This record gives sequence, C-alpha cells and structure tokens, in this order.
Amino acid sequence: MTQVYAVKDLAARLEERFPGSLEESDGDSLVVRAGSLLAVMAYLKDTVGLEFDYLNYITAVDYYSYFEVVYQLTSLTHNHTVVVKTRCQGRNNPSVPSVTGLWGGADFQEREIYDLMGIGFKGHPNLKRIFLWEGFPGHPLRKDFVP
Amino acid sequence: MTFWPGNYWWHWLFYAAVIIVFVLLMVMGAIYFERRGLGRMQSRLGPNRTGPFGLLQPVADAVKVLLKENLVPDKADKLVHWLAPVVAFAPVLMIFAVIPFQNGALLADLNIGILFIVAVSSVATIGVFMAGWGSSNKYSLLGAMRNVAAVVSYEMPLALSVVATVLVAGTMSMNGIVQGQTIPYILLQPLGFLIFFAAGCAEINRSPFDLMEADQELVAGFHTEYSGMKFAMFYLVEYAEAIAISAIITTLFLSGWKGPWLTPWLWFIIKVFVVFFLMIWTRATFPRVRIDQLMAFAWKFLFPLALINLFVTAAQVLVWPDGLPWYVIFINFAIMGILILAWSKLFKLGLGRSEV
Amino acid sequence: MTTTEMMTLKTEPFVLNFGPVHPSTHGVYRMRATLDGEVILDIEPVVGYLHRGIEKLAEERTFSGFIPLTDRLDYISPMSNNLAYCLAVEKLAGIKIPERGEYLRVIMAELQRLANHCVAVGSFLNDCGAYYTPFMYTFREREKIVDLFDMVCGQRLTYNYMRIGGVSQDIPEEFLPALKKLVKQLARFIEEYERLLKQNEILLARTKGVGILSRETAINCGISGPVARASGVAWDLRKADSYSVYDRFQFDIPVGEAGDSYDRYRVRIEEMRQSLRIIEQAMKDVPGGPVRAELPHLIRPPRGEAYGHLEAPKGELGFYIVSDGSIAPYRCHIRPTSLINLSALREMVKGWKVADLIAIFGSIDITMGEVDR
Repeated sequence: MTQVYAVKDLAARLEERFPGSLEESDGDSLVVRAGSLLAVMAYLKDTVGLEFDYLNYITAVDYYSYFEVVYQLTSLTHNHTVVVKTRCQGRNNPSVPSVTGLWGGADFQEREIYDLMGIGFKGHPNLKRIFLWEGFPGHPLRKDFVP
Repeated sequence: MTFWPGNYWWHWLFYAAVIIVFVLLMVMGAIYFERRGLGRMQSRLGPNRTGPFGLLQPVADAVKVLLKENLVPDKADKLVHWLAPVVAFAPVLMIFAVIPFQNGALLADLNIGILFIVAVSSVATIGVFMAGWGSSNKYSLLGAMRNVAAVVSYEMPLALSVVATVLVAGTMSMNGIVQGQTIPYILLQPLGFLIFFAAGCAEINRSPFDLMEADQELVAGFHTEYSGMKFAMFYLVEYAEAIAISAIITTLFLSGWKGPWLTPWLWFIIKVFVVFFLMIWTRATFPRVRIDQLMAFAWKFLFPLALINLFVTAAQVLVWPDGLPWYVIFINFAIMGILILAWSKLFKLGLGRSEV
Repeated sequence: MTTTEMMTLKTEPFVLNFGPVHPSTHGVYRMRATLDGEVILDIEPVVGYLHRGIEKLAEERTFSGFIPLTDRLDYISPMSNNLAYCLAVEKLAGIKIPERGEYLRVIMAELQRLANHCVAVGSFLNDCGAYYTPFMYTFREREKIVDLFDMVCGQRLTYNYMRIGGVSQDIPEEFLPALKKLVKQLARFIEEYERLLKQNEILLARTKGVGILSRETAINCGISGPVARASGVAWDLRKADSYSVYDRFQFDIPVGEAGDSYDRYRVRIEEMRQSLRIIEQAMKDVPGGPVRAELPHLIRPPRGEAYGHLEAPKGELGFYIVSDGSIAPYRCHIRPTSLINLSALREMVKGWKVADLIAIFGSIDITMGEVDR
C-alpha cells in the first residue's frame, strides 16, 4: 500500500533546510510559498530517502480569494506519496514557477492549467493554450467565468 | 494459326475487343473475389446484398463511381492531373497483348514477348508519379515517391527470375514458353516463382508491400485527390495489374492454358484466379513493411537470390541442353530450401533509427 | 557537381499535418510533423478537438449524477472510469462497500481491461498495416465481452454501472455461467492469436527496437500503465496501492525490458492472460449479500479533498475531488492518463520514419476522450 509520507516530519525537515518556505504544515499536505517552490521540489525529488521521482498530477483549484496549485508526488522505490500545494493570492495574472525542468510530464498539464484557469507558469518552455484556441475570451474553469 | 481467317486488321480488332472485355470482366470478378475472400478470412461476410451472393457489387461500385463529381484541386497541375490515370492504365492493357489465352490465341505473338512485358510494365509508374505530383498534396507526393523507389528496386529481381525461366524454355515468346512446359516451371524453378511473386506484389502495390497507398498513414497515397471516373481508373489499374501479374505467373510458371478436359482458355482463367487467391491470402495475413525495409528486402535478399537462381539454372541448362529431366525438380527444391534458410539468417530487415 | 557534392544534397525540412480527420489517429488528434524526406525531425501535437469541459460540468452535477459523464472520458473502458470516480468519492466520504459489490467491481474492471486490450492490440496491428484482419479477430472477442456487459447493465458502450457505495444492480443468474464459458474461449483465443503473431517476421521488423522509451524518461514524464511497464517500470497500482479486494487475488505484473513497441504489445497480451486469472479466482468466491451500501440519494461528503486512483487499462486514472459539503463537487480534476502518456511521444518518434510514427502512436494506446475531457 502506498503510504502517505508523514507531513509533520517532512515539514520539519523542510523548515530546517529552507527556512520560511512553508506557509502551512498542519493537515495532510504541505503548502509551500511560490518563491521557494522550485527549491523544495528539487529537494523532494533528489534527496536520498525521499526520492519523489514520479509526478502523479498537477491541478489547480479556484478558492475565490486565492488559487491553489496542487501537486502529488510519489516515490516508486519507497512507495510513499505526498501532496504539495502552493497558493497565488489575487485574481489578476497569478503566476507560479514551472516544474517542467524537474518532471517532463508537467509540460502538458501546466499548459492545461494556464488554458483553463489562467495561472501563468514562469519558465515553461511553451506556454500556449492547449484545449481552447488562442483568443478565447477568459478562462473557463474559474468560478467567475461567464460564457 | 487459322482461327480467324481474315487479314491482320480483323485479327487485331477482334483481339483488342477481347482483351478489353476480358480485362474489365476479370477486374470486376477480381474485386468481388477479393472482397468476399478477405471478408471470409477476417471472419466476417463480404458483400452479399447486391444481387445473388453479392455478385453485382462491382457493378454497383462502378455505377457509384461514375456518378461522382470530378474534383480537381485548385493548385493542381491540370494537364498532368488529367493525364495520369491514362498513362497508368494504358501499359496494363498492353501487357495483355502478348499473353496467350489459348494455343496461338494472342493479339501479337511477339518473339520477344516477355521482354516486351518487362519493358512496358514499368511505364505505369510514370502515371503514378504524375498523379502524385499533379495533386499538389504532400501526402500524394510521399506516396508517389515511395512507389517509384519500390518499383525501380523490384524490377531487378523480377527481370532476373524471368531470365531464368527464359533460359529453361529457350524462347522469349510467351506462347513458346507455355508450349515448352512439359513440366510446369513452378516445379523446375520454385525459387524463381517465389521471387517473381514477391517482386510482382511489390510492383503492383499489394500487401505486404502496399505502403504506397497505406491508408493508415497517408490517407490514400497518390490517389488521395482523385474522385469520380479518374479514381475509378486508378482502382481499375490496381486490379488490372494484379490480374496481369497473375496472368504472367500463370503463363511463365503454371503452364498457361494447358490442362485436361476443359477448354484451354477456361483453364487459363482458373489458374489466374488461383494465383490471385494467393495474393489475397497474403494481403489478409501480413502486416506492412516500411519503405527502407522494402528496399533492403529487394536489394539484399531478393536480388542476390535471383542472381544465384540464374547461375544455377544456367548451369543446369548447360548440363541438359535438350530439356531438364524430372529429377531436377528435387535438386531445385533442395537448393531453394537451403538458400532461403541460409540467407534469412544473414539478412536483417531495415536500418532503424536515423540520427536526428 | 562532384560526387561528394552530390552526395551531400541540400534538403529542406517540410511540415506535414496529420490532421484531426485521419484514418489512423485514434480519434480527433492533430500532429504537425516536421519531416526531412521520410525521417521525422520533430512533432508538435495539437489537442483539444474533443474538449467538452467535463471538469466544469462536474461542478454543476450532483456526486452521483456525474457518473454518466465519466463514461464518456475514455470511452473504450468506461467501467474503469466509473470505478475511479466512485473510489475517489468513497475515500472522501469514508464509505464502505459490501463484499459482493467489491467482487463484482473487480470482475467488471478486469473484463473491461480485456475488452480495452482487444481494441488496443487490434488497432495497433492495424496501424502496422495488417489490413484489419487482427482487428476483426480481436473485435470478435470484444463483442463477447460487451454482450456480457449488455446482460448486466443493458448498455454496450457507456455502462454507468458503478455507483458510489457499490454497483448499481445485481448480476442476473445467467451471468456467471456465461462468464465461465467466455473465460475458456478467451484463453484459447489468446493462444491462437499469439501463435499467429508472436514470431511474425514483418511484425518483429516493424516493432522491435522501434520507438524506445527509456525507463528514466518514463518515470520522469509520469507515464503509467502498459507503456511504463514495457519500459521496465514495475509499478502497478493493483499491487502497489491495492484498492478494492485486489489483495486477495494472485496475479503477476508483466514487465518488459526494452521499452519498444514490441514490448508494449507483449505486455498487453500478458496482461490479458493475468486478467483472465483474476476473473477465474474472483468468480469462484463471489459472496452473497447487497451490492450497494445504503446511502442517501444526494450524498454530501464532508468538507475536504481526496484523490482516488486505480490502474485503468491505459494507466493510472485518478480523480482529485474537492468537496465543500454541498451536493455537488467544488472541484473535480481528472488525471488524464492519455494526455500524460502522450507527452512521451515526441521523444519516442524522433529519427524514425512516417510509417513508424503511426505505429508508435498506435502502440501507446490513446483515447482522445481522456486527453481532452
């Protein structure tokens, strides 16, 4: 069975390694500040004992006052998983660093989030709309989208 | 021969009419036979609604195709686009001019019969290439280029296996070859038969070499942009060429019109359909090869085997100049078995990945 | 021109569009391939022709009312889609499924895996050029499986069979005997099929060593399912993160080594055999009892979020559901197996020829309903 990696331990380790990177660490997931997202993700991927080499999915949720981008990472060798989240406040041009450098599978999924939610990804090699055509007005998956 | 006591032009007119009717009827029969045969091999029924047992299906197809609108793409080269089906079809009819339906019953008993066939059958490729070029469509061009490459490559094994048969027969006249077959040459030249069959299938774009019109990849290859009567011509060309190759195989290897009880031309038709059935069978069974594998197969496998076959046959004809005796059959089969097994161990299909 | 000049002819790459309407792109999928003659230099996939906004529609349906929409995602294997969604909601709401329901779910999921692999293998061989013959044979077997599904839920394509808390209705009496007969027939069919194709020279030449996906790329891109297992990644959610009652059955996970198209094809055939094994074991001990938990008609899971995933025939299919306590999901995200598997296509086809592009694409087994949602 895939175990959920103990979030409290992980949070403690991360605070030690990258102080100030976490926003919240109670509950079942790690909430990381957008600025330190890349560093934390690289740490999770490469550290011996953690080795989260498999990115299950990236998605985004619209909570009216902020957007939350959710990542789920799994380690195939140790069979444990963790959910990492990051938040962007405000609705105008929210932006988050892109993890395509770490996991190639993030490419299409980040394009999808950009297309449907309007969240930009800094450092993405080819940030274009994927499902809708260029020039489509608005971002449909947002809660305030009026067709 | 005194079948038609008239002068040369009556003979020509009669046989021209016979050939055209024969080709059209055989093509319709071939279309029906293929669709039913393929269907049954794929555990489904073929067409069985139009007419009894679906026999009028080709007629329905022909009528449908004649009634379709003739679309020509805007940027197409009009003259080339229009001429292509004609250039592709004419050589196929010309092949039938030298194929004997009965003893002496052919349009022209050329004493270079088989050489004429090899020469003329390549002209159809020009028609295909004109179709690919004149359609101003990248898919068509790709299909046409593949076709040209394949036909040019497979001419060599085709011609060499024919030469071996001519050596055994001692004459190039098609009628003479049939008359010389006391033992059918399929038994005396088994390797030649296989090589000719493979090369023939490749020349006429049939499976497993049908990548020229691979509809899984190129929509329809060189005849993507054709509709209406011109498409019908290409469809006709495909089946007429298949019947032509079957007819050539029958004449060269299966002793043409020879056979007991029935009239000779009936035997001829039966044998043509047997060979055609072989083609349908391979189509239903094998996947398709890739273009570089196709070329490798021609140059590295069929061509050397055809050369060796030629040398062996020449040696045999030298040893027994009055006609090969029956025990040569076993020698030839043994040689064929050894060669094919040994060569296939050495031969690898295709190059693989190119460095990008 | 001298000979050396002639041998290094200047060529120009051109762009060929394998349009959305194409006989062999498994749905409305568009690829713009940059070719140098027949060699592929680059491809650019263009998707979105089947985008229906299913994730947005989820926010306006009730939790159980969304199940028919999940049928339309990967329309070749709808039972797995239904099941993945129900697993996610049950994880969120903490619902327990009765035993009989669990066993029926396993039987249906494995039958669906068989049906899906029939389509996958048939279309893959069709793309390799074996003019519809293997396609017809595998579809003949798929018809038998679909007849069983018809017996159970009255539908041939969009089953809508799984419910939150179990399955929608019990199986009729003729189901289990018919299933027994089918299992025997399918076992014989797979043997016959293998005999025809396993050592076919042309198939080996077309698929061995073609379209290699390395193990590192597979893990890095998030590839799952038979594609990943053919590249050597021994990861199957039925064993790694066991759901339903899979931990009670004995089965193996076929893993390939080379990661080429031939391995992907072999992994699928082996998976079909293992599915038959699971079905045989499950058929023997189906317990009695209810098939669905007693739940209110409009389910209100507590506030929170959950990710429920399973090993669908194409890979890892998951649903990430956020609930705010009302009757509809607040957000429902579908982890698109086929879209993620598609991200490896570019690496796999560079340097191969046009004919290989179609064959490699066929070996990944994509359904556009899942890519575009």
